[in-house]
Amino acid sequence: MSSSNRCPSSAVERVEPRDGLGVAMVAIFKRDLIIAARRRSDILNPLAFFALVITLFPLGISPQQALLATIAPGLLWVAALLATLLSLDALFRADFEDGSLEQLLLAPQPLSALVLGKVAVHWLMTGLPLALMAPLLGLLLALPAESYLVLSLSLALGSVSLSLIGAIGAALTVGLSRGGVLLSLLVLPLNIPVLIFGTGAVQAAIIGDPVGPHLAILGALCCGALMLAPFAIAASLRISING
Amino acid sequence: MAFDSLDAFFAMGGYGTYVWSAWAVTALAMVGSVLHARRERRGLLRDLERRARREAANPRTDRDAS
Amino acid sequence: MWAFIHKVGSPKWFYGISGRLLPWCWTLAVALILIGSVWGLAFAPADYQQGDSFRIIYVHVPAAFLAQSIFVSMAAAALVFMVWKIKVADMAAAVMAPLGAVMTFVALFTGSVWGMPTWGTWWIWDARLTSMLILLFLYLGVIALRGAFASRDSGSRAASVLAMVGVINIPVIKYSVDWWYTLHQPASFSITSRPSMPVEMWWPLLLMVLGFYAFFMAMTLMRTRSEILRREAGKHWVRELAAGGA
Repeated sequence: MSSSNRCPSSAVERVEPRDGLGVAMVAIFKRDLIIAARRRSDILNPLAFFALVITLFPLGISPQQALLATIAPGLLWVAALLATLLSLDALFRADFEDGSLEQLLLAPQPLSALVLGKVAVHWLMTGLPLALMAPLLGLLLALPAESYLVLSLSLALGSVSLSLIGAIGAALTVGLSRGGVLLSLLVLPLNIPVLIFGTGAVQAAIIGDPVGPHLAILGALCCGALMLAPFAIAASLRISING
Repeated sequence: MAFDSLDAFFAMGGYGTYVWSAWAVTALAMVGSVLHARRERRGLLRDLERRARREAANPRTDRDAS
Repeated sequence: MWAFIHKVGSPKWFYGISGRLLPWCWTLAVALILIGSVWGLAFAPADYQQGDSFRIIYVHVPAAFLAQSIFVSMAAAALVFMVWKIKVADMAAAVMAPLGAVMTFVALFTGSVWGMPTWGTWWIWDARLTSMLILLFLYLGVIALRGAFASRDSGSRAASVLAMVGVINIPVIKYSVDWWYTLHQPASFSITSRPSMPVEMWWPLLLMVLGFYAFFMAMTLMRTRSEILRREAGKHWVRELAAGGA
């Protein structure tokens, strides 16, 4: 089998598939990264949404510092969850519409590995910025300063699971015309464990309890999602495209 | 018998509204499910009968699509 | 064995055998539920703490058990469909979802109504009710997803994937919610974690649970038969059935 055929439209060098998986994953990662970097609004919109939602809560509830401080961990996590949800719809849609997703399905490398590259970029462009911005918003909600680090850590770790599980929902609904609303219904219940332990970690940090166990469970959820979600995402993509 | 009289049975020691509304909703849900399923089946059989009659009146030839 | 499995998977065979099983399932369901209800409502002794309001347990617990079991059954049927391409399995999964959602709602309603005399509030965020609420959303998601696709086969496969993802998540969700609840309500009284029930209270509960399961089986068989009629309408044996006036 000749390995010198170069397909001009593909960034992946045609080598034997055995060596090609890493090359393919890196290629997808780079491609999505470049595309995401060019669409700056895709990065900024979720962040703006995050900030806006956090602003709404004191307006809707009360400006009292003490009250806000109590509910801050939960508010920050729920708002981050919703902001992630917002960005998930776009995860596969652009590629679905211009046909590159179909090309991905035809690649010789296993689809479950390839989608990891896409989800990784999503996390880098959504989850991580949210995690880094959160302490600033925590300031707005009178969150005690000693929990800022844990807030960012828990969000960074938890958002990996959010991206992975959310990608399953995004893959299932990418072919539907109004899939965005359905996406929320599908993804939010599945993300509740992450929410519970994420806020648990921040609350533990506030009252001085050990944070390790919460982060460990978040890590376990993350590992579980890393292991299982790619297969579900791949299966869902095949259903959406072939349907 | 845990109750002395029929009135006591309906009163359920003062919790009558709660107990009976819970049981009523449950019964409603279950009976409703059965009735819905039966209506669904009857409707399907009626449609199939209608289709069978239609096809008997207009017998399909090999040229016709399904 | 494979021949047997594929025979079961044949809609026509399934239709036949389920038709013979159905009367027995209904009889069992009606008998168990009737006896359990009368026993639980009229003969079981009143609870020393909750008085007669505890009798709600005889509908709440069976509904809650069913709500969870139906989801697992649905996911199992989905797995059979995805792996072995047995259509009857998908038909069964499709009809199980609405019944599961109804049972979850009943569990929530009866749990809420039970909560009023017990805790003085219509809703309480305890571990069981919260998990039930999340389960309701999972059911609604599966039902909505199945219906959102133009092609029935795509909808079936998408709903199957979601059901399987959901069933893996359910223990995780339950554990998380349990933990979350104990964290925030250390001195909690839970409906389920009561000291062991006296036997006179326990027997009618067992009968009700079994009766509800028989009801689930009967409903599933009946609606799967309807689904078979719907999907196999063009087949010869269905036409004969309809012409014969089933």
